Amino acid sequence: MDFRLSEDQVALRDGIRAFCDGRVPNEQFAEFENLGGFDRELWTELAEMGVFALRLSEDEGGVELGMADAVVVFSELGRRLVPGPLAWSHLAAGLVDGAESGETVVGGIDATVAGPLMIEHLDFLDALVVLYEDRVERVDPSSVKADAVATPLDPLTPVHHAQSLPVGEVIGDAALADRMRREGAALASGFLLGIAEATQELATEYAKGREQFGRPVGGFQAIKHILADCFVRQEVARAAAYAAGATVDHPDAGDLIATVSGAKVNCGEAAMKNSRACVQVHGGMGYTWEVVAHYYLKRTWVLENSFGTVDEHAEIVADRVAAQIG
Amino acid sequence: MDLRYSESDEKFRAELRAWLEKEIAAYGPPPADYISDWDSRRGYDTGWQRRLYEGGYAGINWPREYGGCDLSLSEQIVYYEEIARADAPYVGVNFVGMLHGGPTLIAEGTEEQKKKLIEPIITGEHIWCQGFSEPGAGSDLASLQARAVRVGDEYIINGHKIWTSFAQIADYCEMLVRTDFEAPKHKGISWLILPMDAPGIEIRPLKTMTGESEFSEVFFNDTPVPVSNLVGKENDGWRVTNVTLRFERGTAFTSEMYNLQEYLSQLIRVAKRVTRDDAAAWEDRALRREVGHLKAELDALWAMLKLSISEAAGNEGGMPGVGASAVKLFYTELYQRVTEVGIRLAGRAALSRDDVADFPNEQFVAKHMNSLSLTIAAGSSQIQRNIISERILGLPRER
Repeated sequence: MDFRLSEDQVALRDGIRAFCDGRVPNEQFAEFENLGGFDRELWTELAEMGVFALRLSEDEGGVELGMADAVVVFSELGRRLVPGPLAWSHLAAGLVDGAESGETVVGGIDATVAGPLMIEHLDFLDALVVLYEDRVERVDPSSVKADAVATPLDPLTPVHHAQSLPVGEVIGDAALADRMRREGAALASGFLLGIAEATQELATEYAKGREQFGRPVGGFQAIKHILADCFVRQEVARAAAYAAGATVDHPDAGDLIATVSGAKVNCGEAAMKNSRACVQVHGGMGYTWEVVAHYYLKRTWVLENSFGTVDEHAEIVADRVAAQIG
Repeated sequence: MDLRYSESDEKFRAELRAWLEKEIAAYGPPPADYISDWDSRRGYDTGWQRRLYEGGYAGINWPREYGGCDLSLSEQIVYYEEIARADAPYVGVNFVGMLHGGPTLIAEGTEEQKKKLIEPIITGEHIWCQGFSEPGAGSDLASLQARAVRVGDEYIINGHKIWTSFAQIADYCEMLVRTDFEAPKHKGISWLILPMDAPGIEIRPLKTMTGESEFSEVFFNDTPVPVSNLVGKENDGWRVTNVTLRFERGTAFTSEMYNLQEYLSQLIRVAKRVTRDDAAAWEDRALRREVGHLKAELDALWAMLKLSISEAAGNEGGMPGVGASAVKLFYTELYQRVTEVGIRLAGRAALSRDDVADFPNEQFVAKHMNSLSLTIAAGSSQIQRNIISERILGLPRER
């Protein structure tokens, strides 16, 4: 057992970080808005970086890495708030032709979740994966009757509201649906970890530069302690997300279900609290469209509702531990 | 990023588990006067330490040349998991020596000091206490005023220490003194090994809010200490102090962290048994969510510790990094939140500190009261937040 990132994982992280920092700087967010929340060129570049094919075998065009590596990659995507149906396309690689190469943009929705059917990125999708209790379907996005939501919560996550979903082609059974939910939760946890990190760093940098009462506001304990708590949440989220990745790869290393659900709980909380703190530490500017804090908070709400909410996962963890006690 | 245990780890686990099962049963529970009588407590805790030593399970990450086991990183984690799982006797009065005094000596002591002092800690022969805080130097520890004046090859110590656990029975004290009275506060401190049988030491126990006297005030009046008992250089004690504190904050509470998992399991057992609103308390969805949330956080804490122990493995003597403050802050506040669920579940039964009816109040009530000390001891939560924001995030420093 050695829980540190391996040398290869450090190199992978640094590579994706360098790419995202260069390709998706803060100024790019407004550009994505102009594109309607999706950038096809960026998508192709992400595919070339291996974001979708990462875990496939070499024969399938992948590099045979594991979920631990994917979590590291997704935390980097989260740091820069990379837009698009990243987790669904990653999960669809190997199932839907062209997902791995980025030629087929694959989105998805879990139809078992109560409430209105809100489909993300519908206009940009080449395939829509639908999770049911007992099966997985592939649906032709153009056959979905849905109204575009005029003002999505997250300006970088366009959504449609559908009354129903058309019947699609069955591409998997209940076990696959389960696995996709679980692996989706692990990937979302990675992305949320990235959000927790990035919002802490954004707020810390601002607090160092913004002066009031003749000194940087980051010198006041009222602000320092908010930021220290953000750091702790980020580190808790990191441990939880990494544990989820490592346990998906080696289920005998722990309780797979509880570990993945635990990651979604901790990472979801960390991202939510840190992105709110990021708005607060920025003061009035934090409430403007210009400062990017709001993009992070809004994406966090999108992810809170993807692959299970914090409350749902907390209950799964409780049921697991209670069942073990008997 | 690998959480798997190797075959040899699992073999180690199986052997340790079998050994613990046999030895714990043979050793028996603490005597009735364990809490009230210090000699009884010392006898029980050091007796168990001696058994660990004889079984080859003491000083798990300490070098072999000083009597330790020098176990691998993963074996250390297995060790903590098994000790907690087996509900082995607590490290108790050996806490300071085993968990931060000894590790500080290994990292910073002279060869002579290590040869003389480390093995007796592992065997349970020597008990250590901590002489850091003073009435005027709590969170601002570096402002401490205990004075050491050098006379020949001795320091003569005068001062007043507080919150000193195990002072009544300790053989040695990790003692911070001021050796330069002109230098800035951080630059005039020295870390001394102080034998508690030296003359001029007076101990006054303090009664805590739990009703026990776990710590004392200690007064030093012209107490002599050989200069050879310096750890690190004269006036370099603040650096050595930070080594001690890293251990105290980063890894000293490892077994308690894992014990919280057991606590939560016990809480669920009680919640399934007791009735609230005409149903088992466990039927309450809000309670289940809260417990699930806390369990997820405890699992993350354990993963965080695995990460921090993995990272510390490359450091001198396995010293935790500055991230120890994050572990300490998260752990102590989580401990309070977990134990608060217990005392709330007890409801009116919590009016008794001792077990009553179905309620294990020694767990549900006493533990929560005791938890209030955790966010104060070893550097309050507020001090940890200062450390994190200044040394990790690089925000402006307090004076």
